[in-house]
Amino acid sequence: MKGLGELERSIMDIIWAQSSPVTAREVGRLIADRDLAPTTVMTVLDRLTRKGFLLRTRDGRAWRYESAESRDAYVAELMLGALDLTGDRSAALTRFAQAVSGSEAEILLRALTELEDE
Amino acid sequence: MITAAVLATLALVCAVGAWRFTRARWTYRAPHVAIVLWQALGVTWGLAGTGALLSYALAPYGQGVLQGLRAFAVSALNGGYGPAEPYGLPRILALIVGLTALTVLIVVLLTAGVQTLRARHHHRALLALVSRDDPEVPGVRVVDHPGPAAYCVPGLRSQVVVSAGTLKLLSPAELTAVLAHESAHVRERHDLVLLPFAALRRALPWSRVVGRIQTEVGLLVEMAADDVARRYCSPRRLASALLRFGTAGAAPAPHGALGVSDSCAAVMARVERLVTPGPELPRRIRYSIVAFSMTLTASAPLLWLMPH
Repeated sequence: MKGLGELERSIMDIIWAQSSPVTAREVGRLIADRDLAPTTVMTVLDRLTRKGFLLRTRDGRAWRYESAESRDAYVAELMLGALDLTGDRSAALTRFAQAVSGSEAEILLRALTELEDE
Repeated sequence: MITAAVLATLALVCAVGAWRFTRARWTYRAPHVAIVLWQALGVTWGLAGTGALLSYALAPYGQGVLQGLRAFAVSALNGGYGPAEPYGLPRILALIVGLTALTVLIVVLLTAGVQTLRARHHHRALLALVSRDDPEVPGVRVVDHPGPAAYCVPGLRSQVVVSAGTLKLLSPAELTAVLAHESAHVRERHDLVLLPFAALRRALPWSRVVGRIQTEVGLLVEMAADDVARRYCSPRRLASALLRFGTAGAAPAPHGALGVSDSCAAVMARVERLVTPGPELPRRIRYSIVAFSMTLTASAPLLWLMPH
């Protein structure tokens, strides 16, 4: 049995791959893990909706789900936080390095990598 | 009255000390020790500054700051039966300013803590959806993005994250160095070190000294992580990873963030001490600074407890 996080990710991947909103039943059909109970799929879809990653609309007696944002938009948001481009300089993450500019850095880098080859 | 004067002096000494300390360069030779001193200065400045005002304001109770505050609260609840000595305007002002400052400091710290936790929670939720495992780097989350990024999301279950661009950019030895650096952040909980300084910065955004202090502590934390990492990897590879990262990033510094020239100097300072490490600060001096920091940290709370 996969963990909940793993399941959420694969369900999001399925929904991102669809061009139109899908029902829970369709998600269940598309998912690789055939043994998954329909209620589990429903639960995960519900969780993702509550977290704001999915939007749902009524379609007869079922819900149709679509992603709130594209995968790329989420990746971009992560990277904005990671590179601290939001500019709030919060302590939420610790980052490896900031940008450097100038030829000095490049010369130094070349010198350092040449040392490696010796 | 004496306590108030001592606390005021202590606050002043801390403020002047912090201002001078931002220019100190021996800190690069012992970043861990310098961080301890910064924390001591911060805590003492806050407690001594507010304590001085409150100590003066509550002097008529003759019970010191902490007991005085209790006595004040009790008399306020009992319909204003206070001390025998009449309450002058200066004391009332000191009381208002002192209580306000204390409240602001506490609220700002708590808000910063809550906001940080919330930002991390959101970041983690996103990460869970779009990151993947990579057999090349076990235990590290990989995000498919061409830009260079390596960071950690601190917490009880810390996660180290790198972008696909990073995996492409760095050699295996450099990647090892970067991961060693990030796990040092995780192990030593550097996020908790940075939190109060970021909070103070948010409370006093116009203060240039506070801005410089935050930058300085941020740099010291990076150097501390570099020092831990160099035990597990080649310092040269860590330095070249830093440079590769910095030159490849070329992300424009956003408004309000560290200026490019500042950040450039910071990266260069880190590279320099990795490639040509200076002599370590003598053990005797390091221990004295730690002992001094501990005494400083203990002094303000003791003065809060002292009667008169």
